[in-house]
Amino acid sequence: MKTESKTSVLSHVVSSFDSSVLKGWYSSLGEMVQGTKKYYMAMGLFWLVIYASTLVALDAISVGYHEAYGVTREIPWGLLISTYIFFVVTSTGLCIISSIGHIFGVKSLLPIGKRAVFLSIVTICSGFVVILLEIENPFKMMLYNMLTPNLTSNIWWMGTLYGAYMFFMILEFSFLLLNWHRTAIIAGLIALFSGIAAHSNLGAIFGMLHGREFWYGPYMPIYFIVSAMMSGCAAIIFFTWTAYRMSGKPYDEPMQKAMQTLSKLTVLLISIVLFFTVWKIITGLVGAEGKVLTIQSFLFGSYSVNFWVFEVLLGMVIPLVMMLVSKGRKYGMMALASAMMLVGIFVMRFDLVVLGQVVSVFHELGVNEYKGILEYTPSFHEWAIVIGALSVTALTFLLGEKIFKGHVADEH
Amino acid sequence: MFSKFDIDELQKESMDSVKPMERRTFLKMGLLISGVYAGGKVLQVKPADAFGGHGKGASYKPHYGMVIRQHLCVDCELCVEACTKTNDVPSYGYRTRILEHVEERAIGQKREFIPVLCNQCNNPPCVRACPTSATYKDKENGIIHVDPRRCIGCKTCMLACPYNARYLKSSTKTVDKCNFCYDTRLSRGEKLTACAEACPAGVRVFGDVSDPASKPYGLIYQLQHPVWVLRPESGAEPNIFYTKG
Repeated sequence: MKTESKTSVLSHVVSSFDSSVLKGWYSSLGEMVQGTKKYYMAMGLFWLVIYASTLVALDAISVGYHEAYGVTREIPWGLLISTYIFFVVTSTGLCIISSIGHIFGVKSLLPIGKRAVFLSIVTICSGFVVILLEIENPFKMMLYNMLTPNLTSNIWWMGTLYGAYMFFMILEFSFLLLNWHRTAIIAGLIALFSGIAAHSNLGAIFGMLHGREFWYGPYMPIYFIVSAMMSGCAAIIFFTWTAYRMSGKPYDEPMQKAMQTLSKLTVLLISIVLFFTVWKIITGLVGAEGKVLTIQSFLFGSYSVNFWVFEVLLGMVIPLVMMLVSKGRKYGMMALASAMMLVGIFVMRFDLVVLGQVVSVFHELGVNEYKGILEYTPSFHEWAIVIGALSVTALTFLLGEKIFKGHVADEH
Repeated sequence: MFSKFDIDELQKESMDSVKPMERRTFLKMGLLISGVYAGGKVLQVKPADAFGGHGKGASYKPHYGMVIRQHLCVDCELCVEACTKTNDVPSYGYRTRILEHVEERAIGQKREFIPVLCNQCNNPPCVRACPTSATYKDKENGIIHVDPRRCIGCKTCMLACPYNARYLKSSTKTVDKCNFCYDTRLSRGEKLTACAEACPAGVRVFGDVSDPASKPYGLIYQLQHPVWVLRPESGAEPNIFYTKG
C-alpha cells in the first residue's frame, strides 16, 4: 500500500513538473524579456536603491550600530524595529486575508489568494532584512535560539513562530504553483496558525513589559492582529491595482467581486481600529502621570502631526471615506486610499514603538534628568535601510508579477 | 544655654498631652511602615520582598542586596568612578548613576540625590524577556548576570528593565549591566562592590540581606525609619532598598 501511494505521489510530482511547471518556468523567462520600458526602468531604479542602501548598511556594520543609529539607552528601539513590525504586520495581514478565500472557502476572495500569499512571503523577507540589520548579533541569534531557548520569552516565540510561518508560507505557495490545492490548504492552515501566534506574540513583547505602562496589558496582542488585517487589506488592494495597471488587463468578474469584498472588509477593519484607538486614548488619560504624558504628547505635543495627520487622517479617516465613495468599483481611488493607509500604518508602527519609550521609567521619581519627553530622531543609516527594504518589496513584487504571470487564480 | 528651656511649659509624657498634629505624623509613619502606598513612591518592604519572594520559595545564600542611605549622598560620584574603572564601563554608558531631585516647595533642604543601579530583582522582567537565556538570575546569590556569548543584542531586556539599568556596550555588541562586581571583585574574595567601597559617606550598604547579622539586614528590618524600593508597582521585587534618616 505504502509503496503504491509513494509511487503515485512521485508520479504526480513528475507529471506536474513535466506538464505545467517546467514549461511554466520556461515561459516565465520569456515574459521577463518582454517587459515594457517602464517596467525595466522601475526595476533598474529599485536595484539602484537596494545597491545604495546596501552600501549604507555595510557602513553601519563597519562603524558600529552605536554610532550609526539614532537609538539610545533610554529609547533602544526605533525606526528599524517599527519598520520590521510594519512588514510583519503586512505579511500576517496578507496571510489572514488570503486565507479567508482559499482556506476557508469564501469564493469572492479567491482571486487575490496567490498574489497575497506571494506578497506575504515577500514582506516577511523584507522584514527579516531589517531585523538582521537591527540586532547586533543575528548569527548568534539563530544558534542560541535553538541551544538555550527561553520559553517564557515572547521574542523567542515570535522569532521561532515567524520562522515556521515563513517556511509554511513558502510551502503553501509552492503547492499552489503545483496546483496541489489540498496540500496547499494544509500548509496554509499551519502557516496561518503560526502567523497569528507569532504576531500576537509580537504584540505581547510590548504587552508583557510590566515596567512600561503605555504598552502593558492584553490590548497589544489583540490590536496587533486587527491592525494586521487592516494592513493586509490595504496591501492587497494596492498591489492588485498596480499589477493590473502594469499588465493593462481588464478586471474579470471574479476579480471585480474580490475588489468589492476587499473594500467592504477594509471599511470594517478601519472602523474597528478607530474604535480601538479611541478607547486606548480614553483609558490612557485616566492612568498614571507618565501614561497621560505619553497620550498628551501625541494628542497635542511633538507627536501630534504623526498622530492626527498620518495615523488618523491618512491612515484611517480619509481612506475610510474613499473606500465608501468608491463602492468597491473605482479601483484607482481604492488604490490611492490603500497607498495612504500604508503610509499611515507605517507611521502608526513608528509611534507605537517610540511613544512607549518617550517617558522615562524614572519619570515619576520627579528627578531633573527625566522630567520631560525623551527625544529620538532616526539617523540617515536607519532611513537608508528602511528605504532599501521597501525597495526589496517593490522589486520582488515586480519580478513576481512576471515570473508567476500575474498570479492567475486556478479553479479549486 | 538653657534660656529657651522653660520648665513650666513642659508637659507630662502621657497620651492626653499628644497634640493631634503629632499624633497624625506618628500615624502616618505607622501607615508607611505597615505598607500603605504613600506619596506614590514609598512602599514599605515586606520581609518576603527580601527573601526570595513570589512564593516560589527561592532562597539565595548569600542573597546579595544593597541599602541606599539616600540622605547621606552628596553626589560626589566617587561610586560611579570606581564602578567605571573596575568594570571597564565605556564613557557613553554607566552601570550606576546618581539622579538629582529638587523639590522647591520643601522646607529647608530642597535637593536630594538618588543613586540608582541594577535592582537584581527577584522577579526580573529582563530575564523573562531574553530570548536566548543570555541574562539569568544566579541561583546561588540572586545576582542577574549577562552571558555575553549568548547575548544577541536584541535590546528587549533594556526595554523590559523598570530601572533603565542596562546599556549596549559597543565593543562587545552585547548588553552590559551591574552584577555587583561579581566577576571583578566578589568572586575574587572581596566583600564589597566597588561603589560601596568607594563611597566616603557610607551611602551604599552592601551585603547579604538574608543574614540577620549583616548590616543591610539591620537597616531593612526595623521600624524606626521608612524603607522603600523604587517602582514597586512593576512587581519586579527589587533588592535595592532605600532609606532615610
